[in-house]
Amino acid sequence: MRPLAQCQALMATILTSAAAVVSTTVLAQDRLGERAAMIETIKLHARSAPSAVEGQGIDPAVLETIGKVPRHFFVPEEQRGAAYQDRPLPIGYGQTISQPFIVALMTDLINVGPGDTVLEIGTGSGYQAAVLSPLTAKVYSIEIIPELGERAAARLAELRFDNVEVKVGDGYYGWPAQAPFDGIVVTAAASHIPPPLVEQLAKGGRMVVPVGGPFATQFLMLVEKRRDGSITTRQLLPVAFVPLRGGRAR
Amino acid sequence: MRVGRLLPVGLISAATLAHEVLLMRLFSIIQWHQFAYMIISIALLGFGASGTFVALARRPLVKWYPAAFAASAALFGITAVASFAGAERLPFNALEVVWNPSQLGWLAASYALLVLPFFFGATCIGLAFSRHPGQIGRVYAFDLVGAGVGALGIVGLLFLVFPSAALRLIAALGFAAAALAATGMGRHRRLAAGSLGLAAAVIAVWLPPSFTATGPHMSQYKGLSMALDVPNAWVVEERSSPLGLLTVVESPTVPFRHAPGLSLANTQEPPAQLAVFSDGDSITAMTAYGGDPATVAYLDRTTAALPYRMLARPRTLVLGAGGGEQVLLALRAGADIVDAVEVNPQMIDLARNRFANFVGGIFSRPNVHLHLAEARAFAATTGERYDLIQMPLLDSFSAAAAGVQSMHENYTYTVEALRDYLAVLKPEGVVAITRWLRVPPRDILKLFATATAALEADGVSQPSRHLALIRSWNTATLLVAKSPFTGEDVAAIRGFAAENFFDISWVPGISASDVNRYNQLDQEYLYEGAVALLGPKRADFTERYKFDIAPATDNRPYFFDFFRWRALPELLTLRTQGGAAMLDWGYLILAATLAQAAILSAVLILLPLWLRRCALGRAVPRLRFGLYFLALGLAFLFIEIAFIQRFVLFLGHPLYAVAVVLAGFLAFAGLGSALAARWVAAVGCGSAVRGITLAVVVIAFLAGTYLLVLPLILERLLALPDAAKIAIALLLIAPLAVFMGMPFPLGLGHVGARSEEFLPWAWGINGCASVLSAILAALLATHIGFTGVVTIATILYLAAPALLAGSWG
Repeated sequence: MRPLAQCQALMATILTSAAAVVSTTVLAQDRLGERAAMIETIKLHARSAPSAVEGQGIDPAVLETIGKVPRHFFVPEEQRGAAYQDRPLPIGYGQTISQPFIVALMTDLINVGPGDTVLEIGTGSGYQAAVLSPLTAKVYSIEIIPELGERAAARLAELRFDNVEVKVGDGYYGWPAQAPFDGIVVTAAASHIPPPLVEQLAKGGRMVVPVGGPFATQFLMLVEKRRDGSITTRQLLPVAFVPLRGGRAR
Repeated sequence: MRVGRLLPVGLISAATLAHEVLLMRLFSIIQWHQFAYMIISIALLGFGASGTFVALARRPLVKWYPAAFAASAALFGITAVASFAGAERLPFNALEVVWNPSQLGWLAASYALLVLPFFFGATCIGLAFSRHPGQIGRVYAFDLVGAGVGALGIVGLLFLVFPSAALRLIAALGFAAAALAATGMGRHRRLAAGSLGLAAAVIAVWLPPSFTATGPHMSQYKGLSMALDVPNAWVVEERSSPLGLLTVVESPTVPFRHAPGLSLANTQEPPAQLAVFSDGDSITAMTAYGGDPATVAYLDRTTAALPYRMLARPRTLVLGAGGGEQVLLALRAGADIVDAVEVNPQMIDLARNRFANFVGGIFSRPNVHLHLAEARAFAATTGERYDLIQMPLLDSFSAAAAGVQSMHENYTYTVEALRDYLAVLKPEGVVAITRWLRVPPRDILKLFATATAALEADGVSQPSRHLALIRSWNTATLLVAKSPFTGEDVAAIRGFAAENFFDISWVPGISASDVNRYNQLDQEYLYEGAVALLGPKRADFTERYKFDIAPATDNRPYFFDFFRWRALPELLTLRTQGGAAMLDWGYLILAATLAQAAILSAVLILLPLWLRRCALGRAVPRLRFGLYFLALGLAFLFIEIAFIQRFVLFLGHPLYAVAVVLAGFLAFAGLGSALAARWVAAVGCGSAVRGITLAVVVIAFLAGTYLLVLPLILERLLALPDAAKIAIALLLIAPLAVFMGMPFPLGLGHVGARSEEFLPWAWGINGCASVLSAILAALLATHIGFTGVVTIATILYLAAPALLAGSWG
């Protein structure tokens, strides 16, 4: 290629990238009102899920992050209109982007902070990783379906979630090189919790596993590794429901 | 009239019924088996609409009868294939309906497509009735016998070919009926019959398989679709039968590692596995085994391994062998002899022959015996006595998998079933049942209640001493012991649970401080439930629980029906707040289908009838006659469906019950309708109403007698060979069905003598009522049991002659 052409190509690349950054920033500012309304819905639902919400409600930092992440970038083109409704949406390959309320609950439950490292099994759309990104130091995410993983990685990079690293592969063994993790989110369905993940959970760390079908979370399982290394789990209903009419069977 | 003239009626009737059964099978594969109900209502829509159409266009259609029949039969053939090919390509996602009501639009589009073959098939039959008003008994006989052959034939055919190929053969059958009918045409007879016959051959042989293939259009949310999305996963083997589509998948890059209920204390990775998907969803694993028990040590750390902690070298019966996981566990645990029972012969062939090397030949070991049988039937007939009966997480294939049965009754988990299991235990023996844990619990509490009832029925005064219940985070295992647990047993249970971080929800001597330690629920529903179900507040607790956990019985064998209407408003409110998983869709789909069917019946039958009331003239008491055919349609199917349920246990598989009972009822009712005229001449002194009255009295007598004595007779004959049992079933059905075949054609003759215009309506009303009653019987049986359903049917039959002979309306 001649120097002039090289120069033109370089200029074109720079201009295109700049345009992309500008458009991304503009789009991220898009639909702020819808996001605010979504946050209100999440707060409302959280008030009626005492089992899964600890303390006074979902951590305001979690809600603030959800209010900033442009969810409509994480859903397929044809679903963008519904991106801020409080419901799961199909993203292809039998996977969904979780209901925002469930994402908020899970993020709240693993209870991670600015210095923490988080592992996610099942990147899917990348939305959960994006929500975790501003709250933590580093997010490692593994996706089994190459197309989904590559798409999510590109999207997260484009939106400058720079502390998220995505790889395509088998989530069973976790990410030993980066272990231990202060929090682990397992969104990929499994008949049991892989032992390596329990191993890679830091003492005092928490793992959250949503259990149920792609459009219906039955319960959230919270695995806690205590300081002494012992393990307990809790099954948390994402909704207030007492199975017995007229109170408890005591 | 020559028999050949009515043969096309038999053929198209066979094709239409076979198509209905096949669609249920096809939709079980691409969607879920709950859609069987919807296919019933789609058929209803077709029958009803065709009744209206034939009534409105009766004169020209009857005038050009052979051509009209041939055209309609050919259109059946075309739409049978085209409508399914179109419908499976629609982007309908059943799971999303909760969130996205616009999915209902796609559902409506599916209805609109799938209704077409039923419309054309039913039009042929309605036309035949209108063309031969003096031969109604014979037309009806061909219709019924054809339907019976279709029901039985499709089941047989599905053993030979894949469902997508069966669809082509059904379409070809439609064209064959068209070709035969065309031979009765005046002009162009040879050309029409020849080209239609050629079309039949072309469709049967040359239609591209991809046109109706299910694989590419299976819901992406089914387990098989998701497994195949994983890199390098591939289908190793595929087997199809009316019991289901079995797909064996290997996933070398990301192994399956299927091990439900595995303890968090486990550190071992499961060996390589092949996953066997049934109808693309429920999964059983075949685990690689080289003979070293240490490679499957992880199985010791599942809740199902609990009984081996208490029993040394037990003689074990595994009810539901599947891929062999429980056989492997039994061998690892040192079981002396293992009898494994599996209901699907193709599953047996896969595990014992095709993948024998992969599974280490465990099914060919001298101490492992694999039996082809239904779990309950095996337990009820075996002469062996066992130390352990292991019931793993494999729900037996229901008749819903075959498609015809509109209820998912299950005889594996009833009070009587548990008594059968306890009866084949040695004195120190144990039944171990493992189920998924749902929050809030449903299955487990119902199982606990069922086991308690079974123990009490066996005369056990303190069932609490015979029960133990442990749970992991996703499974629970219930032990039911023939003798009270000893102190040693209890210590073993406690030790096993503690080692594996499993919680004990019930064991003799348990206290509130023992529960909810490792897998914490916000409330220990299972322990609280167990305490309540074993104590004096049982009835109150069961009544106040928001899911139906009353014990299942053989009369009401709906173990998996937890639905309660009064919880519905709350669950609907919570569905988008995280409560979507608590709605039991099976019952709701059934109820919605019934409502929709009732509306369609009103719009398609009653409204046009009302609009055209002048054409019928004042001589016809429309209401009375209409109610007569409504009552017959309801009553016939009520009895037929109740009998299907009753024979499931006897014949050893729901599918055989459906095929034998359906074919028996249809064929013998066909015989009855052929004999109807002679019956009237012989006993009715020429009066149709008198003949009908006597027939329904016989029906009432037989139905009542069967209700009382059938369970006793069937229980005693359970050990006979299959062929003898089928013959006995048909013998028992024959007298009842012969008389049930009479009231309809006799009524038609009676009504037709007053107004031929009314005949298509009678056919339409009866058709609608028949299909409506299939759904209604399913719903009623979950509430009042089979006894209640048969009682209602008897009352309807007894009331029918009064409707025909009355002076009102």
